[in-house]
Amino acid sequence: MTNAAHWIEPHPHGIYIKPADAWIDPSRAVSRALVTHGHADHARGGHEKVWATPETLAIMGLRYGTNSGCAVPYGDGFELGGVKISYHSAGHVLGSAQILMEYQGERVVATGDYKRRTDPTCAPFEVISCDIFITEATFGLPVFKHPDTADEIQKLLSAKEANSDRCILVGAYALGKAQRVIGELRKAGYDDPIFLHGALEKMCHLYQELGVDLGDIRPVMDTEKEAMLGQIILAPPSALNDRWSRRLPDPVTAMASGWMRVRQRARQRNVELPLIMSDHADWDELTQTIKDVSPSETWVTHGREDALVHWCALNQMKARALEMVGREEEDD
Amino acid sequence: MRAFSDLLDNLIYTRSRNGKLRLISDYLKHAPDPDRGWVLAALTGQLDFPTVKASAVRNMAMERVDETLFKLSRDFVGDTAETVALIWPDNPEGELTEIPSVGQIVDELAAVSRSDAPKLLANLMDRMGSNERYALLKLATGGMRVGVSARLGKIAFALAFDMVVEEIEEVWHALEPPYSELFAWGEGKADRPDLTGVPFFRPFMLAHPLEDKKLDMADYVAEWKWDGIRVQVVGTGRETKLFSRGGDDITPAFPDVADAFKSIGVVDGELLVRGEFQGGEAASFNALQQRLGRKKVSTKMLAEYPAFVRLYDILFDDEADLREQTWAYRRDKLESFVPKLDAERFDISAILEARDFDHLNEIRDGARDAAIEGVMLKLRDSPYISGRKTGLWYKWKRDPLVADCVMMYAQRGSGKRSSFYSDYTFGCWTENGELYPVGKAYSGFTDAELKMLDRFVRQNTLNRFGPVREVEKTMVLEVAFDSIHQSKRHKSGVAMRFPRISRIRTDKPAAEADHVATLKNMIT
Repeated sequence: MTNAAHWIEPHPHGIYIKPADAWIDPSRAVSRALVTHGHADHARGGHEKVWATPETLAIMGLRYGTNSGCAVPYGDGFELGGVKISYHSAGHVLGSAQILMEYQGERVVATGDYKRRTDPTCAPFEVISCDIFITEATFGLPVFKHPDTADEIQKLLSAKEANSDRCILVGAYALGKAQRVIGELRKAGYDDPIFLHGALEKMCHLYQELGVDLGDIRPVMDTEKEAMLGQIILAPPSALNDRWSRRLPDPVTAMASGWMRVRQRARQRNVELPLIMSDHADWDELTQTIKDVSPSETWVTHGREDALVHWCALNQMKARALEMVGREEEDD
Repeated sequence: MRAFSDLLDNLIYTRSRNGKLRLISDYLKHAPDPDRGWVLAALTGQLDFPTVKASAVRNMAMERVDETLFKLSRDFVGDTAETVALIWPDNPEGELTEIPSVGQIVDELAAVSRSDAPKLLANLMDRMGSNERYALLKLATGGMRVGVSARLGKIAFALAFDMVVEEIEEVWHALEPPYSELFAWGEGKADRPDLTGVPFFRPFMLAHPLEDKKLDMADYVAEWKWDGIRVQVVGTGRETKLFSRGGDDITPAFPDVADAFKSIGVVDGELLVRGEFQGGEAASFNALQQRLGRKKVSTKMLAEYPAFVRLYDILFDDEADLREQTWAYRRDKLESFVPKLDAERFDISAILEARDFDHLNEIRDGARDAAIEGVMLKLRDSPYISGRKTGLWYKWKRDPLVADCVMMYAQRGSGKRSSFYSDYTFGCWTENGELYPVGKAYSGFTDAELKMLDRFVRQNTLNRFGPVREVEKTMVLEVAFDSIHQSKRHKSGVAMRFPRISRIRTDKPAAEADHVATLKNMIT
């Protein structure tokens, strides 16, 4: 379909950079992996050699026990098989990077996952001009317009005020979303302790070690039930309807996710208080980013790729869907 | 309008029945007339705007949004109203100048012509935020999907005004939205609404599935369970009406039956059509379907599929309310009531002479009549009670037929299953080794099984045709169905009645699934 960047091959299990003999976010173990960020569907264990930002390496170290990789700070570059490679912030989670590759006069950017709005726990997205822009499309449908984060945080705080005889249990993914919810609460001036499910503790502590201020965070495990009345508690989504939550005082079930925009999605998860907060670009951000970057061709890795490719065609821009497999739809 | 859209949103996210009841009854207590009446009608599915249909909403959306993007979005969201509410461009001047009240909106929707409906909706939507847009579209097109049944709405009304729900049920079907007499009665400002001379629906008595229970035939009486539609015939002497299960007035579709009923009373029975193949006896449900859902019936229809009612209970004999009487007493009355009716259009459901329960089982097994679904068991001493009460009436269906089929296509579900691939088309083998679709099912599996099937679809997609995915022909589904009929509309030549997934046969290779010929042998 395209003659551009013949040196890059999209495969179902990753993007292969031929001259460098390296893969971007491969879903199976390879000898050379360029990893955009620490989410499990992008960063898998078992690669022989990994290039990633220092933060991503630390996250992978926490998850897979190995961090023998080459640390590539934002803006730094290196060369592999004649391909000039550099990492630039993507604004998705702490350490998330877009990978810029330059070869034979062509510039290709692979975004991994990204968002455009501010996040107190990670560096903002950087617009990098390029010929081929390889983007995600997790929320690539025009129904997805994430509302102002501050308003969603206000919804959470109002629910807390209105339920002093209960507690607010917020489901949030362990890497990124949980820390962002805490960070946004702090930004809104909320200083009370925030309680954590055990599965979130290590990652939050790692964020703190890496210089992200999360304020007073405490484990649920060491806390008396009564002490959590009227408090905010964070847990991974899988724990929301689990036995674990019975130790909490009559929780109001909340969930922080971009999917909460769709009512029936929230109902499927038995969510009472949907908080529309996403670490992915919404429809307007995706389309604005393509306009900003203005590539000669856009490749779409995963998500609602048909819709984004169609939008590009409507706007006289060249685009194709890569049909990657194994990307989790729910990791937001 | 804001109060209604808040109510809808709160209902969506409130899980407990009591929580929902509290929300609705609070609203009914505090909202003004006629808004609350219209909202009660919307929640109980009694609101209908004939000129405002889902297609109008879709067309309106496609004037603002690209068609493909809209369709992809609709497919993902699983609900047209919600898709349009979300996708609609926000007013750049910010929300909300004045939003009209529910009452004003209802008046406008009721008055609008088919061609002006999209414009009216668009104008309203431009003045609203996404939550109000959602509420507006739900109000206009129905299908609230907030987990509130008509019954729950009535219970909430009873709760709001400290009344007994049975009393509300009794008058409910004689009243029209926005129920001003009902609210006035609830608030003690008026007497109970007067229903003299109005033919209205009384809620049906319903049966539980028998499952593995055994009953003593000294206490219970048995009848065939007819495979038609449950119908209540209400005659006031001046007028006769037919009501279906949910209380819908289906008189216009069956004028032949209604016109033939000249008595005063309320009777309960099964609506069936006579089949040529059955020698003028009751035909299969398939034949009845020709007559269902029609606003007008042609003379040809009336002649080809003549309808009749097989009666099995009587609620009112003339003006006398028999519902407190025992089944045995009512049966006596029914047996003297039926002979006075037109025999072409009304007969009586026979009692099965079963010596004991085992004998009944034999009778049930022996039934091969197309119009028989199984047997009904009724407690001889039982009064006629609306709803489903344990121990009084049981239905004991014939064992379902089953076939092993291969999943061919999958489509995303709606509502609770939005975005899951939950609707499956499956096929059986022909003599040439081809798979022909034989049916479609979207129930019978657990949530865990749904997740597994959804994953299978995503990982084994061969082709995409819009919202439909063609999958690898490797997943064998055991499909249960009540009966199977000849069908010219399907390539396979057969159509199943009420197919559902009974088991997922991951143990079975697709090549060993059933053949179309096997299914044809099951046709009655």
